Amino acid sequence: MALKGNLHDFTITQLFNLVNLAGKTGMLVIETKAHNAQVFFKDGKLVQSHLDQDGQNNDLVTILLKAGKINADQAKLVRQRAATRTDKELALLLIGAGYSNQRDIVQAVKDRILESVYPLFAWTEGSFYFDSNQISPDEQITVMLNLENVIIEGTRRIKEWGQLKDDLPGLDWAVRFVDKPDVHLRNVQLTVEEWRVISFVSPKNTLRQIAAACKMDDLQLRKTVYRLLQAGLIEVMRPTAKPPILTPSPVMATGPSQPFVTPPPPKVDRGLLNRLIQKIKSIGE
Amino acid sequence: MQAVKMVITGPFSAGKTQFISTISEIKVVSTERSISDATRHVKKATTVAMDFGRISVDESLVLYMFGTPGQRRFDFMWEILSEGMLGFVVVVDSVRPETFREARSILDVFRSYAQTPYVVAANKQDKADAWEPEDLRIALGIDRKVKVLPCVATDRESVKTILLELLYSVLELTPD
Repeated sequence: MALKGNLHDFTITQLFNLVNLAGKTGMLVIETKAHNAQVFFKDGKLVQSHLDQDGQNNDLVTILLKAGKINADQAKLVRQRAATRTDKELALLLIGAGYSNQRDIVQAVKDRILESVYPLFAWTEGSFYFDSNQISPDEQITVMLNLENVIIEGTRRIKEWGQLKDDLPGLDWAVRFVDKPDVHLRNVQLTVEEWRVISFVSPKNTLRQIAAACKMDDLQLRKTVYRLLQAGLIEVMRPTAKPPILTPSPVMATGPSQPFVTPPPPKVDRGLLNRLIQKIKSIGE
Repeated sequence: MQAVKMVITGPFSAGKTQFISTISEIKVVSTERSISDATRHVKKATTVAMDFGRISVDESLVLYMFGTPGQRRFDFMWEILSEGMLGFVVVVDSVRPETFREARSILDVFRSYAQTPYVVAANKQDKADAWEPEDLRIALGIDRKVKVLPCVATDRESVKTILLELLYSVLELTPD
């Protein structure tokens, strides 16, 4: 039977919990207006996933290249030799050429799966369905990842995301360099990502534009900007303050409005219950 | 004449009125009103006070079934209906996960009213999109000791099974 619904009613955390507790096997498809994700499970474990996001190339060679496990020449050679660029074919070529080993490849697959799954925890709108007849495609390398750990880390990231959102509530804001930095700029060591963001810092550029220019997602950009803010290098140019939005109080009460003394269950004997049971059994006979 | 009572509860449009109608020996005394708000697309009428059904065992014993109002603005009725109940059935629409949170909330309220046994009826299991009872159990966070049973409220045998399972649960807690 179908397991389908809407993320508004049933969150990713709840869905993963359900798959974990029920030990399900199959494919979970999540569709939002902007993105589409397929997550594969076996016996309640996460084995593979695919996130269709911004057309990024996330094949095995790209992942190993980004992780510094192979160099650009090796990546180019393997891609030229590969006919289909499936995980399994690329892995065989990489190992055959002596460019990589099984351990690095498995780790790369794990990292790719996790990095495609964690963003799902931030999705609050969209539909989902679970298809227990669909298993992970044969050409993909699968690993068995414990869902409990994924849920814990996903939830932690959501909390972190919430904090970052509080500090940088909108990507339509701009940032600028502070006039008199508190830090000795000579002592500041920036990462590659921070340098990329720094190069776009200007009152004319919104954070959204910087994210697009640096090809970063929201979370990556917020993390980077947050670090630069904490370092005292930049400051946010806040827009005109808006009046607070008043949220209505919950309409529905979740319990009795006044203290309620629990009445004892009615006293019935087994004879009475057996008469009821026999009567109901006989209905329609 | 001794009368015992069961309460049939659950979210709006879960199938409570149908559940009682299917098994009651009398035409269900229903206090339905037409709907004029945003919920109209789900059903045309809803229970505003209660549904009332009856099963006569013999001349000295009768079982009454009370269906709670479907919408939470009538929840002041719940406390009254729950007094002295033998047990209760939580009817859940298995094809509308958007109502699961509400079902859980109703369940918690009724558990706070009385420590009587209850079962969960995963209704509309004849629909292709229905969630399986065990998935519903996890979604609603229901303990393994509590029965979550497949149900089709239009089917008498299915409704009989739910009531019997509730009675078996009551029986288990009743001393010899």
